Parts: sequence; C-alpha cells; structure tokens
Amino acid sequence: MEKSAKGFPTSHVIGFLFSLILTFVAAGVALKTSLSFTVIMWIIGSLAVIQAGLQLFMFMHMTEGEDGKTNIINIAYAVFVAVVIVLGTIWVLTSGHAAH
Amino acid sequence: MGIKWDEFFITGDPLILGAQISIALTMIGIVFGLTYLKKWNWLWTEWITTVDHKRIGIMYIISAVLMFFRGGVDGLLMKAQTSRPEMEFLSSQHYNEIFTTHGVIMILFMAMPFLIGLMNVVVPLQIGARDVAFPQLNALSFWLFFSGAMLFNISFVIGGSPDAGWTSYFPLAGKEFSPSIANNYYAIALQIAGIGTLMTGINFIVTILKMRTKGMTLMRMPMFTWTTLITSVIIIAAFPIFTVALALMTFDRLFGTHFFTVSGGGMDMLWANLFWLWGHPEVYIVALPAFGIFSEVIATFSRKSLFGYKSMVYAIVGIALLSMLVWVHHFYTMGSGPAVNSFFSITTMLIAVPTGIKMFNWLFTMRKGRIKMTTAMLWSLAFVPCFTIGGVTGVMLAMGAADYQYHNTLFLVAHFHYVLIPGVVFAVFAGLYYWWPKMFGHLLNEKLGKWHFWLFVIGFNVTFMPMFFLGLSGAARRTYTFSAESGFAPLFLLSAMGSIVLAAGFAVFCYNIYWSLRYADRNISSDPWDARTLEWATATPVQHYNFAKLPEVKSLDAFWFMKKNNEGLTLKDSEIEEIHMPSNSGQPFIMCVLFGISGFFLVFEWSIAAAVAALGIFAGLIYRSFDYNDGYHIPVDEVRETELSWRNKKGEAHKHVS
Repeated sequence: MEKSAKGFPTSHVIGFLFSLILTFVAAGVALKTSLSFTVIMWIIGSLAVIQAGLQLFMFMHMTEGEDGKTNIINIAYAVFVAVVIVLGTIWVLTSGHAAH
Repeated sequence: MGIKWDEFFITGDPLILGAQISIALTMIGIVFGLTYLKKWNWLWTEWITTVDHKRIGIMYIISAVLMFFRGGVDGLLMKAQTSRPEMEFLSSQHYNEIFTTHGVIMILFMAMPFLIGLMNVVVPLQIGARDVAFPQLNALSFWLFFSGAMLFNISFVIGGSPDAGWTSYFPLAGKEFSPSIANNYYAIALQIAGIGTLMTGINFIVTILKMRTKGMTLMRMPMFTWTTLITSVIIIAAFPIFTVALALMTFDRLFGTHFFTVSGGGMDMLWANLFWLWGHPEVYIVALPAFGIFSEVIATFSRKSLFGYKSMVYAIVGIALLSMLVWVHHFYTMGSGPAVNSFFSITTMLIAVPTGIKMFNWLFTMRKGRIKMTTAMLWSLAFVPCFTIGGVTGVMLAMGAADYQYHNTLFLVAHFHYVLIPGVVFAVFAGLYYWWPKMFGHLLNEKLGKWHFWLFVIGFNVTFMPMFFLGLSGAARRTYTFSAESGFAPLFLLSAMGSIVLAAGFAVFCYNIYWSLRYADRNISSDPWDARTLEWATATPVQHYNFAKLPEVKSLDAFWFMKKNNEGLTLKDSEIEEIHMPSNSGQPFIMCVLFGISGFFLVFEWSIAAAVAALGIFAGLIYRSFDYNDGYHIPVDEVRETELSWRNKKGEAHKHVS
C-alpha cells in the first residue's frame, strides 16, 4: 500500500491503457467487422475474461499484501472447480446419444 | 402428508422383527446399565459435550466400528442369499434394500468416520498443536455425522429401507418408481451427515495451514498430515456438489419438482452426472488418508525415512487434481460421444501414474530397512499386492470400449472391493494397531492381531477373487439370485465361504479390543514403536492439552531426530506455563437431536413439523453467534502434576520396556 502511495503509479497506468485497448478492440470487432455472430461472441467474450484478469492484478491488488499468494490459489481453485462442474456437465450431457 | 401410523413399523418379516426386538432390548440394556452404574453424568460431561479432538476422534472410531458391523451383516446376508442357486432366504425387494444400505453405510458411515476419527486423533498431535482450529465446530461435525447415520440406520425398522442402490439413480429413485418414503431417508440422512463432513474439511484445512508448531514448514509435515490436507481440499471441492444434488432430489421427491424426471422436462442422467462428480472424488477422499497411514506405518517399521517424500507430495496433489476429472467412467454406457468417453478413459488411466509412484516409494522405503513384522506392518504389506490387483483391474475398466463388457457385472464389484478393502479397511486397521496406545494407553494384543490379520486377508481374497471370474462369465451385480444352469454356483459358494472367514477375522478384532481393554499391560513407553513423528513426543495416552511445551521442529521426521540428537525432549520446571483450552459445550449434541427430529419429519413428508423443528436449528445458530465463551486456563500446578506422572524429575520421559 505504502509503495503505491509514493512514486508514479506505473502499473495503474499500464492497466488503464490495456483496458482501453481491449475495450476498443471489442467494440471494433462487434461494430466494424462482418464476422459471424458466434465468432464475434467468442472474441469479445475472451477479451472480457482477459480484461477481468488484468483488472484483478492491476487495480484490485490481488497479489499484494500478506495473502497475495493465497488469493491467487483461491481464485485458480474456484475457476477450476466451476469450469469442471459447469462446462464438464454441459459437455457430457449434450454429446453423443445423450444429445438426442 | 403426515405419517401413516399403520405403516410406521416394518412388519411381516421375521428377520426384521428379530432386529426390532434386539434393538429394543439393546436400548433398554444401555439405559439400565448407565443408570445402574450411575454413569449418565460421566457420559454427558466427559464425552457428549467434549470438544477435545482426541475424544471426538474416539467417538468417530466407535461409531465406525458399529457401522462396520451393520454393513458387514448386510454383506453376509447377501452372501447367504447367493450361496446357492434359486435360494429363498431373502426376497428380491429385501435384497435390493440390503445392497443399498450396505453400500451407503460402508462408504459414508464406516470408511469416512473411521478415517476422520484417526485424523482427529492424530493430525493435531503430528503438527504439534493443542487442538483443531475450531474445536466446537469439530464436535458439531461429529454430531451431525452421528445424526445422519442414526437416521439412515433406523430406516429398515421404521418406514422402510432405501432400495435404489447406493448410487440411487433416477428414474428408479424418483417418486414415480419408488413411491414409498424409503428413499427419502437417503436424501435427508446423507444431507445431514454431509454438512458435518464439509465442516470437517474446512476445519482441517485451517488447522493444518494455521496451527503448525514452530519450524514445521509444509515440506516438513508428516505424510498423514499432508494427505489429510489434500483430502480436506477435495472434500471442499466435491461435497457441495452432493449437497446440491441431494437437495434437488429432495425437492423432486418431496415437493414435486422435475429436475431429474424426463416426463416433466428434467434430465435423469443429470443425477448420475452430479452424483459421480462428487462420488469419484469421494473415493479419493477415503483413499488418500489411508495412503498417509501406510506411509507412517511403513516408515516407522522399516526404521527409515519415507522414500521420495517430495514425489509423494506431488503424487497426492496430482491424484487430487485428476480425481475431479474422471467421473464419467462410471457411466460410459450412457452413450456420450466418443470424444467424451476417450477423454475420460485417458484421465482415468493417468491416475495409475501417481498411484504407481506411491507404490514404488513404499517399496523403496522398505528396501534395506530393518523391517519389524508388527500387526500394523503386516496390514501395510498385504495392502501392496491386494491393492495392485484392484488398481490393475481398474485400468482395465478405465477403457471406455472395454467397459461396455464389464459394466454392471460382478467384475466391477470385485474391482472396487479390491480397491476399497485393502486401500481403506487395511489402512484403518493398520492405523488402529499403530495409534491405539495414543488413544488408550495400552497396545492391542499382537497375537490376536495376527489372527485378525490372517483370517481377514484370506477371507477377503476368497470372497472377492471369485467375483472377478463370475463377472467375466456374465454374472450381473445387484441380482438377488441365479439359476443352476448358469454354472455360477461353485464360485458363488466359494465366495460365500470366504465371507464367513472374513467375518471371523472381524470377530477376532472385536475380541482383541475387549481383551486388550481388560488385560493389556498399561506399563508401556510413551513411544512403544520407536516412531518418527511428533504424536509420540508426548504422553501415552495423551493428556488433554497434548503438549506442555509446544515442540520445535527442525527437520522431517522431527521426533526421530529429537531422540537422536537428544534435544527438545525434556521439560524444565520454568518452562511450564498456563495453558489456554476451549470449554466443553452441549450445543453440538442439541443440534444433533434437532437435525435428527427435523430430518425424521422431512423423511415422512410432514413439512410443517419439520419446519417447526428447523426453527430450533436456527435458534441454535443464533445462540452460537452470541456465545462469547473464550475457554479456560489450566493452572501451572495441574500441568506440572500431569507431566510428572509420565516424566522423571529431570523432565525426561520414563522409559518402560515395551
């Protein structure tokens, strides 16, 4: 905390610039290209996830403080469990004979 | 709605009538005995309200042994029914009920509490702590498990046993095909017990991460503590899935929703999917701590440090990760696409890699060790070949294409008994023989222990080995009888005979407990096995505050090196300080009763009564939030007196001949 109070907030500026770029790319892909709807959704969805991750590190101080490592482990664990349960279930129950 | 009183007690079956009479007589006997010996007060203050992790562990283990008996009787009844073709000992309905309760009880009410009991007794001692992080929550965990277990166990005399298998697949387990209240017991009782297990998981993660003594880094933790930590992580990942699945089942059965009924727009295979998303990690929840026990026992009795400690740690973390990625191998035959079945075949076979690493580590630990053939060590030695048979047949079953042949045959049943009995039951027996002095201050008789061991291991192999071959010849699981023309009769008879030997082994075990409690030598060393880890650095049986002075750890196998370098073992009088301990509480037991009553009404679909009882649960939660009891302090004099009972004037431990 003290470290970021003094000096130039480099990481914040970089985070801000990257957020702007990611937002404009997303807007550009959605408004100015003639890609199919599915492709556009995948691209802007991925950009959104990247930006969320970026903000967690640059603005929300996830890695700072005494619990920095723990926070990362917890988030990685939560994402893993959620992906396995939700995507796994959808994949298993909508493929092959189960789909019919 | 409401209870149908004329169907309240199960009637018309002599076996069940016999059980009802014996239950009534046992209860009268216990009440009479406690009153006659004036032990009610002792029971309440010393045991029911205790928050001491060691006593909670002992209560878990006692419950587990009782449940082992119940589940074992179920198994014997099944073996009796299939011992001859066209046997008319049990009806098909009764057989269905028995294989269902056998499965549920053995996994959830025998294996789980046995291991959690040993974790409770041992883990705080191994990390040099005075109790778990949340002692009262720990008591609540036990009492919720107990409440769920008792609710499930009364099902066969009151209201009817669940009969849809321990997996309780829909649509069979739904209201349409199982209209009686029997399957409600499954949904409600497992829910209550599951809450307790989830809290245990949280409790042990915090305990191990936050309460290790000075110098005990993660990579200096004993292997049983490591496996407990990883097991707790899997519990937290997997049990909420089961909680949700059971809640959906409860809603389907009690309130007419259609999550799992196809006709109502639901999806029956969603149940199987959610069940195994929990069910497969559950297998590792019981297997990993067992691996930890073997690691401790093998290292101690080979008188060597565990071989490949780091690779052991990576292996259990790898197993934990993979355990979440294999669940579909339980229902390849559902007919998912080839991509799904191939993916899950590969992940399943991958599990053999870390497990194989562990196997070789145990073998290399024994290599060039001075092995002592104690009973605990014998169980660990027998585990290696028996579990390998279970593992190899597991890899056979892992192949999706081949599984279409094995699915639902006795081959599968033989496989998982070969995994779970050596992997869990051998382990808890090894752990019990090894840690018994820590709990009770005397050893279990080694001679009887060897009888127990040989009868059990031979009986186990004779019972389950024939089932591989029966399965390969096409005998389906969960069928209550078979024809003489099938040619199954000789192997079924052999298997039934094996189960009698198995039961004899268990009987010797029970007799050993009785004999040792009465006659075993109490004058033993606090370290009778010349062991390596911190639980042996304190008195035997362990005093309620565990350590007068918290030990300082400088290496792996801390106690071994403390003994070798002769440091940190003595206690100077000036080092004795007041010890802060948590107070006993009757609240967990009261919550157990309230959960039990509420659950019982829910089983009988009497929602209003259940809601009224649930108000009591909420009142308990609120009461606990305003409970500011901060424990008490043990005065220095009392600590000194206790320590002098097992140390000499210089503060060294007495050395007895063991």
